[in-house]
Amino acid sequence: MGTFVQLLVNGLGKGAVYALLALGFVIIFKATEVVNFAHGSLVLVGGYVVYSLKDTLGWLPAAMLGVVGAALVALLVERVFLANARRADHNSLALLTIGLDVIITEEIVRRVGAAIPFIGDPYDAQPIQLAGITIFRTQAIALVVSAVLITAFFLAFRFSSWGVAMRAQAENREAAALMGIRSSRVTATAWLVAGALAGVAVLFMATQDFSGAGLGRGTHAIALIAFPAAILGGLDSTAGAVVGGIVVGLTEALSAQYISFDFSKSAVFLVMLVVLVIRPSGLFGTKELSRV
Amino acid sequence: MSDTLTAAAAIAEPGQAATKKRNWIKIVATVLLLLLLIALPILTGTQVAYLKVAQYILIGAVGGIGLTLLVGQAGQLSLAHPFFLLVGAVSYAVLAGDPAESDDLVGLGLPPLLAVIGAIVISGLVGLAFAPVAGRLRGIYLGVASLSLVFLGLWLGQSLELFTGGTSSGRPPPTFELFGFEFANSTPAPTIAGVPIQKQQRLWYLFLVFALGAYFLARGAVNSRIGRSWRAVRDNEAAATAMGVDVTRVKAAAFTISSAFAGLAGVMTALWLDLVKPDENEFTGNYSLTVAIAFLAIVIIGGLGSVPGAVIGAIVVYGLQQFFLLGANQFGWFADARFGGLSAVVLSSFVYGAAVVLVVLFEPGGAAAIGRRLTSRSTPTPRKEQR
Repeated sequence: MGTFVQLLVNGLGKGAVYALLALGFVIIFKATEVVNFAHGSLVLVGGYVVYSLKDTLGWLPAAMLGVVGAALVALLVERVFLANARRADHNSLALLTIGLDVIITEEIVRRVGAAIPFIGDPYDAQPIQLAGITIFRTQAIALVVSAVLITAFFLAFRFSSWGVAMRAQAENREAAALMGIRSSRVTATAWLVAGALAGVAVLFMATQDFSGAGLGRGTHAIALIAFPAAILGGLDSTAGAVVGGIVVGLTEALSAQYISFDFSKSAVFLVMLVVLVIRPSGLFGTKELSRV
Repeated sequence: MSDTLTAAAAIAEPGQAATKKRNWIKIVATVLLLLLLIALPILTGTQVAYLKVAQYILIGAVGGIGLTLLVGQAGQLSLAHPFFLLVGAVSYAVLAGDPAESDDLVGLGLPPLLAVIGAIVISGLVGLAFAPVAGRLRGIYLGVASLSLVFLGLWLGQSLELFTGGTSSGRPPPTFELFGFEFANSTPAPTIAGVPIQKQQRLWYLFLVFALGAYFLARGAVNSRIGRSWRAVRDNEAAATAMGVDVTRVKAAAFTISSAFAGLAGVMTALWLDLVKPDENEFTGNYSLTVAIAFLAIVIIGGLGSVPGAVIGAIVVYGLQQFFLLGANQFGWFADARFGGLSAVVLSSFVYGAAVVLVVLFEPGGAAAIGRRLTSRSTPTPRKEQR
């Protein structure tokens, strides 16, 4: 029973981080209908800024700058590449982000080199002992931070004028534009927010607790796990992203313990496949209807 | 990936402007190119490394052709290509493997030619097995779902050591032989124009036959009934159904055929590396996510749906990487690149990543569209597809 509770908490912590990433996918997808394959590289950008600044500035300022850095690179990707390719369709733009992902990832991996650092200094590898069970501090903090951020996001999405504009544009781009909503601004902020969430997520991902994989290709591959999370919940559902993230986190933690560590990543994808076979647009996604 | 993934994938009909004269030029150019390819081992002589680069391009071409049929012609986004490469490579090793070689490895001892055919068939069947899932999904959902096969392959490769040889040592692929003629070094070796035709030269000819077969089969498929049904499904499933196209079956066929091509590319990979070894993790290796992205890049750079384009894409993505590696080994390029420098792999990734971005921004039809524009100056450029 102790092990199970331990797994549950750690799985939830991981799931919360995946939820942050998946939420980023979904925000971008809702605003632009582009699937951002470069999300993993945004994660690496944030992590790299933290890694290169934390020894000189201290961890907290570096972490904040990392979040800002990831957000700015996301904004840059949108402004420089996507905004200038209006004529291209969404799927081509998704392919474009693959190209960007390759370039950014190679550059960061090259810069990090053999170091493959861990960047969760204040909490990494300091497990909490609580009533006989061991909880990774990273996952615990990730859970709290993610819960706060996700709540804040949903409040903003529901009540702020930015959220209303976002939802209006997702509903009907032309109508929203006619009502005076500046489409380019909505799109840009969507990327900014998604980038910032990726920047937060990496603070927990590139740690020994989370995966044992330092900042590098390993982190990039973990970011890919957020794909099943977003897909599982439904690509155009923000609530789905959170549910998907949690499902993925729990699946990974439980299967790593009860089946095998090697199998845990495959298990995530298998769960996603099962969900997709039953519901081809994810749990909460809008069904694609075609008019005949 | 309905109407739009495939901007300029439509095959241009040879219009009225295609004169007899132009056809002659085309035939002469094709013959010259073939002669060049056949003479390549003689041109490279004892510099086998150059030949290895060319062989590698052919692997990329065969796999890329398979993927361009699926993604470009049938409009089904797939990131599962490396998985089918792995299936092909392992199947070949298992089918042709010597049963007496080792107690820890399964080998059926079939003749290598049969094993190659078997590997292609098995890969195709595995692709067919995925079809029920693929048939229900669309676009990006299908893309991510297909990613799961790469992870499945990683896990199976690691756990089925009897077949794959495991991640630490792998297993050697059986030497290919045709009616007693081994594709291996021999003494004395036959020579052409003073160049001994050893293992690598022989493999080059074998790969050339594979690649040409794949190329012409794919061209045939694209230009025939099945190609038309793929494009109909890609452009509009409902309309295709109304025209009497069995959408489910057409999609399944696309997956099967594409996987069979990937299986052949897998066999070629095994022979090229002289090793069948499953990956240790999902992000590096010969059957990893990196390869999935590289194959997609081949298809995008070449122009979605274009068979000759896939060959161009293979030259850019697979060729450049090996070419830079060759430069690093032979001429000491990137000598300061040990860690954190600009290594051969990094540079080639930059080049193809940038190529993908540029293609999407400026020429969504890829190399195929550029080629079409160059060869048919008199015909108007194909109308930009409307969304």
